[in-house]
Amino acid sequence: MPEIKFTNHLKRFFPALTNGPISGHTIAEVVAALDVAYPGLSAYIVDEHGKLRQHVNIFVGEDMIEDREGLSDKVNEDERMYIFQALSGG
Amino acid sequence: METKNLSVVLATRKGVLILEKQSSRWEIINHSFPGIPISYAFRHPYSGVLWAALDSDHWGAKLQRSDDDGKSWQDVEMPKYPEGAMTNADTPAILSYIWTISEGHAERPADIFLGTEPGGLFYSKDGGKSFALVKSLWDDPGRSQWFGAGRDHPGLHSVVVDPRDANHIYIGISVGGVYESKDGGESWVPKNKGLIAEYLPNQNAEVGHDPHLLVMSPSNPDVLWQQNHCGIFVSRDGSENWEKASEESGPAHFGFPVMVDPTNPETAWVIPGVSDEVRMAVDGALCVSRTEDGGKTWTAFREGLPQENCFDIVFRHGFDQMGDVLMFGTTTGNLFVSENRGESWELISSFIPPVYSVRFMK
Repeated sequence: MPEIKFTNHLKRFFPALTNGPISGHTIAEVVAALDVAYPGLSAYIVDEHGKLRQHVNIFVGEDMIEDREGLSDKVNEDERMYIFQALSGG
Repeated sequence: METKNLSVVLATRKGVLILEKQSSRWEIINHSFPGIPISYAFRHPYSGVLWAALDSDHWGAKLQRSDDDGKSWQDVEMPKYPEGAMTNADTPAILSYIWTISEGHAERPADIFLGTEPGGLFYSKDGGKSFALVKSLWDDPGRSQWFGAGRDHPGLHSVVVDPRDANHIYIGISVGGVYESKDGGESWVPKNKGLIAEYLPNQNAEVGHDPHLLVMSPSNPDVLWQQNHCGIFVSRDGSENWEKASEESGPAHFGFPVMVDPTNPETAWVIPGVSDEVRMAVDGALCVSRTEDGGKTWTAFREGLPQENCFDIVFRHGFDQMGDVLMFGTTTGNLFVSENRGESWELISSFIPPVYSVRFMK
């Protein structure tokens, strides 16, 4: 199973969030699986049409995903994913 | 009036603040969501639930509730625009901002309204467990003439329910105008006659006006006030006709908040600013203007407020009243209170974040 690592900022809203294995062959499947494990989490990552939020980044390995609209990027069994917030603030 | 134990909830650029009056001082007793912009916060007067609308830069607009006055919070499932709902810019409608959270009629204590961007009214009959878009308003043909002001899309910021009739509802949209429903939101009629839209080719258009805030007189609900982009307006016939109530020469004209006295429909307060392209205190001096004759004359009260080098303005929900006590928070993080109906003011703090809403906890 691929592995996922989260920004600490998300743990603020989902204190039980833990890095680790997650099922799915595409980013969209992974996000759906995350929402089952942590109900409501997907709404923090994607908007109501499933598009990656503007100030959220998902990496597979060291590469940022390409399909921010449909999350169709593939994830291999041995890969690691990261969900980060973009750098912004004020 | 006994002011001890008055409390107020603030939505700020850096979280929710709750202040309580302890002896003679206002103390911050709770800070929730540090660092997160909060677009609106209020305590529902019938349920006692504290609601906060988060405007997270990263995670989107979020709704949270607290049953214990901010000690703990629960994430509430966000309402969604229906599949296929499109904005006027022909993009899929995404709930990007919660402008207001409002109770309904006292006979329907579980009612909650959300005013949102882009231009949506969401309604919950079950205390916020579920919300649905009020389709009749979204499908109104006039919506094609709404547009955003200072933001990408129109924002629905005011929901006012007639205390005499739970089905009689007004809303205010910036930019769109005032709409009225007499059938509990089944149908809507624009009510903008007498308003002036200086930025439109037809200044008297039926739709396309910019109320910054709409309020109703509790003691005579036929009287409505609005601080509009193009001045202060009052209606004494349930919004059939609006009359300009701005000062001819004086600061009371442009601004965002307006407040009407709970017992006297002719008494109202505004906090003037320099018009749209500047948005600062008039002449660098902050004042609160009050009328007691329905807008024929205004008095600017300045005691206790900065009178030079002041850049503050007050956003539309940043001003509230509880009896003789008035409070407002500014864009530069100053919080002022008056205990004599706005005639003199005291600084509570000048170190809080920019303020988006101030609501006494009723």
